[in-house]
Amino acid sequence: MSIKGKAYIVGAYEHPTRKAEDKSVAQLHAEVARGALEDAGLTKADVDGYFCAGDAPGLGPLSMADYMGLKLRHMESTDTGGSSYLIHVAHAAQAIAAGKCDVALVTLAGRPRSEGSSGTQPRNWGANLPDAPFEAPYGLVTANSYAMVAMRHMHEYGTTSEQLAWIKVAASHHAQHNPHAMLRDVVTVKEVLDSPVIADPLHRLDCCVVSDGGGALVVARPEIARTLKRPQVRLIGAGESPKGQAGGKLSLTTSGAAWSGAAAFEEAGVKPADIRYASIYDSFTITVLVQIEDLGFCKKGEGGKFVADGNLISGTGKLPFNTDGGGLCNNHPANRGGMTKVIEAVRQLRGEAHPKVQVKNCGLALAQGTGGQLGTRHGSATLILERE
Amino acid sequence: MNPSQDRKIPAPAINAENKVFFDAAAEGKLLIKKCISCGEFHHYPRALCPHCFSDRTEWRDAKGTGTIYTYSVLRRGVPVPYCIAYVTLDEGVSMLTNIVDCDLDALRIGMKVKVVFKPTDGGPPVPMFTPA
Repeated sequence: MSIKGKAYIVGAYEHPTRKAEDKSVAQLHAEVARGALEDAGLTKADVDGYFCAGDAPGLGPLSMADYMGLKLRHMESTDTGGSSYLIHVAHAAQAIAAGKCDVALVTLAGRPRSEGSSGTQPRNWGANLPDAPFEAPYGLVTANSYAMVAMRHMHEYGTTSEQLAWIKVAASHHAQHNPHAMLRDVVTVKEVLDSPVIADPLHRLDCCVVSDGGGALVVARPEIARTLKRPQVRLIGAGESPKGQAGGKLSLTTSGAAWSGAAAFEEAGVKPADIRYASIYDSFTITVLVQIEDLGFCKKGEGGKFVADGNLISGTGKLPFNTDGGGLCNNHPANRGGMTKVIEAVRQLRGEAHPKVQVKNCGLALAQGTGGQLGTRHGSATLILERE
Repeated sequence: MNPSQDRKIPAPAINAENKVFFDAAAEGKLLIKKCISCGEFHHYPRALCPHCFSDRTEWRDAKGTGTIYTYSVLRRGVPVPYCIAYVTLDEGVSMLTNIVDCDLDALRIGMKVKVVFKPTDGGPPVPMFTPA
């Protein structure tokens, strides 16, 4: 069974906060849920399916359904890190197609900035994680994990720091128009290269921000979507895939996007060249480059050339990306950037992005997420969305 | 310069499945798992082969030499810079590790390295690598 056309994203909301010292995580989840339902023109009583991931407190859907007072007949808590929310949209479409729910709510929220999280500190994944004893002693953190991918990509394909810097430059061009973005100054390639090296070869400006906040989506069946007043955005293709170290047979320069992307394009029946706008997970600049290659926007190894010279800047480049400023400049709520990737793709398809970055006649968009770590194991998820 | 001696190395969490590996490390031996059914090595070590799912996996002594597949020196947000790396062992599998006892600015992908064992904070020593 294909999910093509079986569900619509009818509501989308991004929390304006970037530092939520005066709010709880559960409260942020509820605030974004309310925002997305108001955006859709629906109420809490319409929700009969709920999706959340590891950022939700306690027992996920149980804790949050109780907190928000939801009456549900379908719930799911797939957790693939930052890509979870793209998978939730795809799974919501499956559940809707199977008759398990009519209106699905997806929420994300977190306070890593208030709680002092950093990409150079180890994360505690629990005592039973099988790979942890072979990684924790070596000081594996988020930044050096992605940095090893960048180092290997440079070795195999001649990718340069200047080319990676262009990804940040493009994001900053977009962020200047977003009043909520944490970093709104346009930066140059030189400024990226002059920023301190965090983990060779990645500079500080190759890394995303740490922010509080959240976002939510409402996914509904076509019959309900058509009764609502918002522009119609339907899901036409989805793919998901985990990728790891393959028992030590490493291929760090290819991501799971090679599989999730191919599946999504096949289901949608479209090609990379048809995509007018792409939200690409940007935990680091290298994350964007590898995914762009694996999704087929250019040949493997040619991502450096592809992203250079402003090719990702809306209005001038061939592949406008992350027009909200992305994780590199706007926000990265809960250290999980997949939700905001979907939200900006919905804005673009509705024609509701900032006028300075809105893609003209944006009828087909892609959202790509990567969760976990590119340098060890990650979950890739791809959505292809169409304006009706 | 010996950054590994300056960084407090967290002890690995020992369990029933990995205890043999770390017991051997305490004796200065690097073990890797080989599957008797499909003949493939794998790392990190598992009871069941991740390639063919056989439970006929056995420990083998690794030669302890390999080449750097990739690496990164973490320079900010930590008390002392250190180098994380994947080393591809001569047996063909790559393992996450640190490169130590060397000039961190002179490392490159493809460099030949050999195993050394470094003490952890309250646990068994763990295998790391240094230029051969």
